[in-house]
Amino acid sequence: MRTVLVKRGPIPSWSRAVTPLGAIAVTLLLSAVPILIAGAPLFRSYGALFYGALGTRFNVLETLVKSSPLILTGLAVAFAFRAKFWNIGAEGQLLAGAIVATWIGVTFGSLPRFVMLPLVMVGGFFAGGLWAVIPAVLKTRLNVDDVVSTLLLNFVMIHIMGALLFGVLQKEGAGWPISEEIFDSAKYPFLLARSRFHLGIPLAFLLVFAVWFVNERTVFGYRSLAVGTNLHAARFAGIPTTRVIVMTAVISGGLAGLAGVGEVAAIQFHLLADISPGYGYTGIVIAMLGALHPLGVLLASLFFSVINVGAQTMSRMTGVPSYISGVIEGLSLIVMLVALLLNEYRLKVVAS
Amino acid sequence: MMAEILSVSFLAGLLAATLRMATPIVLAMLGEIITERAGVLNLGIEGTMLFGAMTGFLVTMSTGSAWLGVLAAAGVGMLLALLMAFLVVFLGLSQHVSGLGITLFATGLSMFVYRLHFGSPTVPPTVTPMTKVAIPLLSRIPIIGPGLFNQYVLTYAAMILIPAVWVLMYRTRIGLTVRTVGENPMAADTVGGNVNLVRTLALVAGGALMGIGGSFLTLAHQNMFLRDVIGGRGWVAVAMVIFGNWNPGRGTIGALMFGLLDGLQLRLQGWGLPIPFDVFLMVPYVLTIFALVSVSRRAAAPAALLKPYRREVRG
Amino acid sequence: MDVHSTTGNTPAVAMHGVTKRFLDNVANDSIDFSVGVGEICALLGENGAGKTTLMNILFGYYGADEGTIEVYGEPRTFTSPREAIAAGIGMVHQHFALVPTHTVLENVVVGTGKGLFLDRAGARSRLEALKERFRLSVPSDAPVWQLSIGEQQKVEILKALYRDSRILIMDEPTAVLSPSETPQLFRTLRTLTSGGRSVIFISHKLHEVMEIADRVVVLRNGQKVHERSTSDTTVQDLSRMMVGHEVRSNRTEPWHTGGATVCRIDGLSVEDDKELPAVDDLVLELREGEILGLAGVSGNGQTELCDALFGMRLPSAGAVRVVDRHGTVRVLEPGRPYAAVAAGMARIPEDRMHTGLMTSLTVEQNLVLESHAAPPWNRHGLLDWAGIGTHAEELIGAYNIRTQSRRERAGSLSGGNLQKVILARELSTNPRLIVASQPTRGLDVGAMESIHARLREERARGAAILLISDDLDEILQLSDRVAVMYEGRIMGEQTGGGIDREQIGLWMSGVVQ
Repeated sequence: MRTVLVKRGPIPSWSRAVTPLGAIAVTLLLSAVPILIAGAPLFRSYGALFYGALGTRFNVLETLVKSSPLILTGLAVAFAFRAKFWNIGAEGQLLAGAIVATWIGVTFGSLPRFVMLPLVMVGGFFAGGLWAVIPAVLKTRLNVDDVVSTLLLNFVMIHIMGALLFGVLQKEGAGWPISEEIFDSAKYPFLLARSRFHLGIPLAFLLVFAVWFVNERTVFGYRSLAVGTNLHAARFAGIPTTRVIVMTAVISGGLAGLAGVGEVAAIQFHLLADISPGYGYTGIVIAMLGALHPLGVLLASLFFSVINVGAQTMSRMTGVPSYISGVIEGLSLIVMLVALLLNEYRLKVVAS
Repeated sequence: MMAEILSVSFLAGLLAATLRMATPIVLAMLGEIITERAGVLNLGIEGTMLFGAMTGFLVTMSTGSAWLGVLAAAGVGMLLALLMAFLVVFLGLSQHVSGLGITLFATGLSMFVYRLHFGSPTVPPTVTPMTKVAIPLLSRIPIIGPGLFNQYVLTYAAMILIPAVWVLMYRTRIGLTVRTVGENPMAADTVGGNVNLVRTLALVAGGALMGIGGSFLTLAHQNMFLRDVIGGRGWVAVAMVIFGNWNPGRGTIGALMFGLLDGLQLRLQGWGLPIPFDVFLMVPYVLTIFALVSVSRRAAAPAALLKPYRREVRG
Repeated sequence: MDVHSTTGNTPAVAMHGVTKRFLDNVANDSIDFSVGVGEICALLGENGAGKTTLMNILFGYYGADEGTIEVYGEPRTFTSPREAIAAGIGMVHQHFALVPTHTVLENVVVGTGKGLFLDRAGARSRLEALKERFRLSVPSDAPVWQLSIGEQQKVEILKALYRDSRILIMDEPTAVLSPSETPQLFRTLRTLTSGGRSVIFISHKLHEVMEIADRVVVLRNGQKVHERSTSDTTVQDLSRMMVGHEVRSNRTEPWHTGGATVCRIDGLSVEDDKELPAVDDLVLELREGEILGLAGVSGNGQTELCDALFGMRLPSAGAVRVVDRHGTVRVLEPGRPYAAVAAGMARIPEDRMHTGLMTSLTVEQNLVLESHAAPPWNRHGLLDWAGIGTHAEELIGAYNIRTQSRRERAGSLSGGNLQKVILARELSTNPRLIVASQPTRGLDVGAMESIHARLREERARGAAILLISDDLDEILQLSDRVAVMYEGRIMGEQTGGGIDREQIGLWMSGVVQ
């Protein structure tokens, strides 16, 4: 007796839509175990979670605020993975963007806002993009494994940031790693009263559409997909694979860099050692959860944001440690992977 | 400064630190080598190490026995490896994604369990760390003695495991089967090897070593659990596997190099050089990338790495 | 019908009513099959007739849906190869199950023996004894990747003998051998059976079956259609049973004479992955309206030649000159696939699943893999999907591609239809030069005929065609000129009515007059 996977027939489109919802339901069911172990009442806990994330206007806007770096890193990773450029380095690219945005933001105070804001964004974008070019070139020219090189470069960038925060970027007289505050002209404008709803949020939504457009409508998006589907066959077809991978890396790193810009220009206004609580890594999970599709990334980011923001409230109200959000996120990925598989295959017990 | 560098106590201390810093990486790397030799890339390594570090700490705290802590760390490493096996061996899901998923899940769970148990104390709780064991006679040799032969038992164990894993892989029947499964699963299957069982067992053995490697950091290297206690050592171990061309001996050279830089960096810090501390911290990672570049041309990954195996395909 | 063998005793293997289904496809339909002790029994049939599936069931690799198996009179059910091996069955697959980086000894002993450690000394002496006894000489300590294909096959046979196999299944063993290596294999097989072992010889080559087998079982579309002693049957009979209708073995169409030169391959040398010379100072000329057949046993440099022509591999010397659409002669820039595309070369690669197509993309996406970046599809960086869709519909109709829609994933098409997608993409531009490598390998008769017809049409249109195939019948049926490749060199060339099958066979074996 053993079990085998048997491919199902064509997958109906309703099933595609229902699968993520089912996966979320199963995830919340499984997450009940640690919540119950923590000794908290289940329904009140989940109630607190959803109230904290979505219960009031302020909470909803806060959830959106939290979602913007996740959308950007999620898009960054999804765009890279689609071309099978295994960019695990969104964290480092985010920091690169944050560093350059800070440097511009504290240096060119005399520039007017309409120059400064684009400058900060473009600077942050290219900082992240260029940082991602390193592993792309190592991969295409020197055959260095991109998973490992992007991972290691995260730690390099963390320490570059550390060195700068104890060096040239450190705030005058500060004993801890923090930069000067950026000039007002470099800050993202807030768009809604009584909230932190800032320019970066509509920007992130706009970029979801932009990435979709590039993927589906442009020559570059098609080539990027071809390279990711079968590098060998793409080369055979005459597609300049190295150029496509490097360009993909620039865009991917750039999107992650913009996430860093947002954290500096709209949330912290300083560069700090813990500017990112691992948004780059979470972006990987979001990309996978969103099946590498921009719209999927958007929905997964919103889901994670609900969990993250809500877990704080749940922690305050029922005492479940807020780290439950990490458990839920990890579980959601694993459940989603299995669900997507079972969508295409069914398990069958066979005699041999 | 030269005098300082050449002083006996400095060299002995550096040597000792090199081995100590290399220990968790060596353990995790050996685990990853066994796993990858069977054709499975386990990127759950970083999370497995963290969960091992946390579990080891927690069990030691509650039982007072560091050895029970190590055992528990090995146990949870095996459990996470079983979850990985379910995803990538049984279901045949992407090894990259599943591994990262396990790292994320295990990281979240580690922090959750720790918080649940300890709350958020202002001063992190500590355990009595393991003690170093000096080997009689050998530890009396100048420089080398205190450097190499006054270490934690886990360090000795890691060093003994290096040749042991090599012998397992290249001199035993099971090792040949494991390597065959990683190179050409069909070759193993057609001579009666159970590919998926071999892969599962390799994952489990590797997971145990990863868990123990993590526990070294909370039970010997430090005596407390912090969120960044692993600090990317799992990823470094994966890099060392490639650097060592999937060979325990060569990988160890890389791990020792990493340990040396780590140890040196701690010492240089104490000298108050006018260079930010982070520059030293960065060096091991940068050099690891250079090392990968230098070996990438002759990299000989197991041919079936990342490829799930299914028999029931149209032949 | 005489079912049993020379010995008349209990057969070594008897399979009764074996049925195996894959999804909606019946691979084996209630087949009875047996082989006697000391007998060589051939299992004859076309690609996809179910030969390999039946033997994989006997070997425990697949489970049968219905039917029983007896080995030496005892009923057995094998759930894994381990159990089949223990019962004395060994199988040499068509694609060898060897680890290239491991040594011969390691490949042979894996999975055998007792205890924790490898007993290398003991294994070696046992292996040497087997090599001696069956005259199978291979170096025990060489890594397998250094061996020739013929030697690798010997390793596979040694693997089975090392496990005391009494029943040896050989899946298309001669497909990879040169004509001169085949008699040696046959001697080995006879030595085995004279010692009381049984051999099941899977093949689709009639002459070989008549030469080596005592008895032959013919499968067609998953059913047993014929069973005879080879002494009671003829090649013509077997051929009719195998294909299901009379086949014309003689060429009926006239030979064409080529026109102007379209492509000149000039002193081309190419190295293989091991950096050994694979193509050696090769010269060929391709002419308008002519099919040049390049015959040869696979592994004699054909793959590397194609790679170099397609720009996928950098040659070590020589050049390829092509007359492009505008009639100018250009030297193909080496190592750049795009150069071949731009010069208007239609390329049909031997590995259609991994090189020619992307099976997880749609039919439509595959049809523009090479042309997407040029007008009219590329409009300032944007793709004209509407136009591409119309174009795809036209090609699907014109090339009779059986697909649910143009948005269907290519991977769900059959092999023949996949090849049609490649043909549609490559030929719809009316190329002057076509390089087709193994264009019908693994396809059924229907698909094969339609692809042959398409190549003939292209010739009639005036295209110069290089047809590379290890199927000599295909070469002889289509080619107007035949060149033979052996160890990277052209052994000789014959034209039109002067083409002599026997001479070509000799050249394929490396024999020079």
